[in-house]
Amino acid sequence: MTLDLHIRHRFADFTLDVACKAGPGITALFGRSGAGKSTVINAVAGLLRPEAGHVAIGGTRLFDAQSGLFVPPAARRLGVVFQDARLFPHMDARGNLMFGARFRPAGATGAGFDDVVALLGLSDLLHRAPATLSGGEKQRVALGRALLSHPRMLLMDEPLASLDGPRKQEILPYLERLRDGPLKLPILYVSHAVDEVARLADTLVLLQDGQVRAQGPLYDVMADPAAVPLLGVREAGAVIEAEITAHAEDGLSTLRIDAGVLELPGVQAAVGARVRLRVLAQDVILSRERPEGLSSVNVLPVVIDSVHPGDGPGAAIGLRAGRDRLLARVTARAVREMELVPGMSCYAILKATTVAPGSIGR
Amino acid sequence: MNLDAAAWEALRLSLWVGCWATVLAMPLALWVAWLLARRDFWGKSALNALVHLPLVLPPVVTGYLLLMAFGRTGPLGRLLEPLGLTLAFHWTGAVLAAIVMGFPLMVRAMRLAIEAVDPRLEQAAATLGAPRHAIFARVTLPLILPGILAGSVMGFAKAMGEFGATITFVANIPGQTQTLPSAIWSALQIPGGESQAVAMVIMACVVALGAVVLSEALARRVAARIAGT
Repeated sequence: MTLDLHIRHRFADFTLDVACKAGPGITALFGRSGAGKSTVINAVAGLLRPEAGHVAIGGTRLFDAQSGLFVPPAARRLGVVFQDARLFPHMDARGNLMFGARFRPAGATGAGFDDVVALLGLSDLLHRAPATLSGGEKQRVALGRALLSHPRMLLMDEPLASLDGPRKQEILPYLERLRDGPLKLPILYVSHAVDEVARLADTLVLLQDGQVRAQGPLYDVMADPAAVPLLGVREAGAVIEAEITAHAEDGLSTLRIDAGVLELPGVQAAVGARVRLRVLAQDVILSRERPEGLSSVNVLPVVIDSVHPGDGPGAAIGLRAGRDRLLARVTARAVREMELVPGMSCYAILKATTVAPGSIGR
Repeated sequence: MNLDAAAWEALRLSLWVGCWATVLAMPLALWVAWLLARRDFWGKSALNALVHLPLVLPPVVTGYLLLMAFGRTGPLGRLLEPLGLTLAFHWTGAVLAAIVMGFPLMVRAMRLAIEAVDPRLEQAAATLGAPRHAIFARVTLPLILPGILAGSVMGFAKAMGEFGATITFVANIPGQTQTLPSAIWSALQIPGGESQAVAMVIMACVVALGAVVLSEALARRVAARIAGT
């Protein structure tokens, strides 16, 4: 089931013009506030009628400006999880979940009530009123309610944006379970938080001022030097997959990636697990010779892929480390003095603290 | 307190008229409140003004206009006559007068309740596949129920107390159109009728107070159920 959309809509101060596809897995739509992300979700859900374009899912047209086709939201069978949960205040959690199940079409398939309750850990919440639930609990109920409507796809509009750090950490594993679980439901996930996107997304679409600036597999877009200004220089950084091979007694864990091994602190997953590492571009140091006598032990041989000068004194360097891609941010002066050019071999030094525990996830 | 048969009859008639007026006006008031709260259409401000007119017109004027329209020879009265529905100088006319006078109060309370409902909840219901009528029945209606109750009690209280338009439209016939306020007024016209009047005034106070207490209790229960506590 693939979502195919092209939406054009004029607002007072900007024009939204977005074309993208969202297939299996999680497709993240990333952009700053006001980039038009929520408008895209509303247009796909049928809560807003765009001026031009089309929306189709699995080959079925839901909206087509040319022919005037507009399938109303109730007939689209897209599960929407809103930022503010929007639970019905006069029903308890069970009532909200049952509301999701009540109107699904006869032929629809999807998770049953007990499965959803187990998947999202809702069994203790069923008789609670929305007013007594925490923000994270509300979002879990809202997610369950959407799942029980047996949608063809899930649309999530900044579901974690109104939650604080710990609450986010509480709900992220559920989203990962949903992504990796047996439901295989495609998810369009709107967010302005790079850490969420890095942890969850399979495909990434970068929006700016209502336009798509970059899109592709997460690992490629995150490692693209051209995407640095879109993600923000402090937030930009490649995502690589690693396998945990050992946990040492001093708190460091050994992780294998294609180009070698890394030793990182604070890794929670079990030996053998595959995790995602987010390596911030500003935490990668480049050296032309293999460094000796450094306090950091994470040194990888890399090949420079591309050099992308920024607007300011910085430059983004795309790197290849075996099959993985990395991203480093250095000064433009360093580029000149070290004569960094594509094709050159050098060494990337990763600070051990580069990978925060929150950035690790499967 | 010694009430004569006419006073009991007036109370009975007032309650009867009040109940009929409330039950008949409620769905119409809800619909109009919905239109005013949620829809944009040509003539919306005119409809709003028309609904509120009885609130600002002298009740006698409203009663006279009703008599002009619904009297035996009035344009609407002539239409209703063959259907066996006589309004002028008849208890049914008292019901109509009560509906017209209470309508603005009912619409106001219901409109406020509808405007307080977050339309994004209804959007969420739509994305879950709920058809329009189900969204209204399962989401909107439960949320505005306190407003509907409050509006209905206001309408009922107004119907119980309506005097000016009623006496102008249907006169003051004991056992036919003499409601409690009309009976009190009549008693005050007779020398020595004060004791009867005072007894009926107390009765009117008890009924009005009871209505307010009942509506408060109902609204609290509904509100508690909606908040889910």
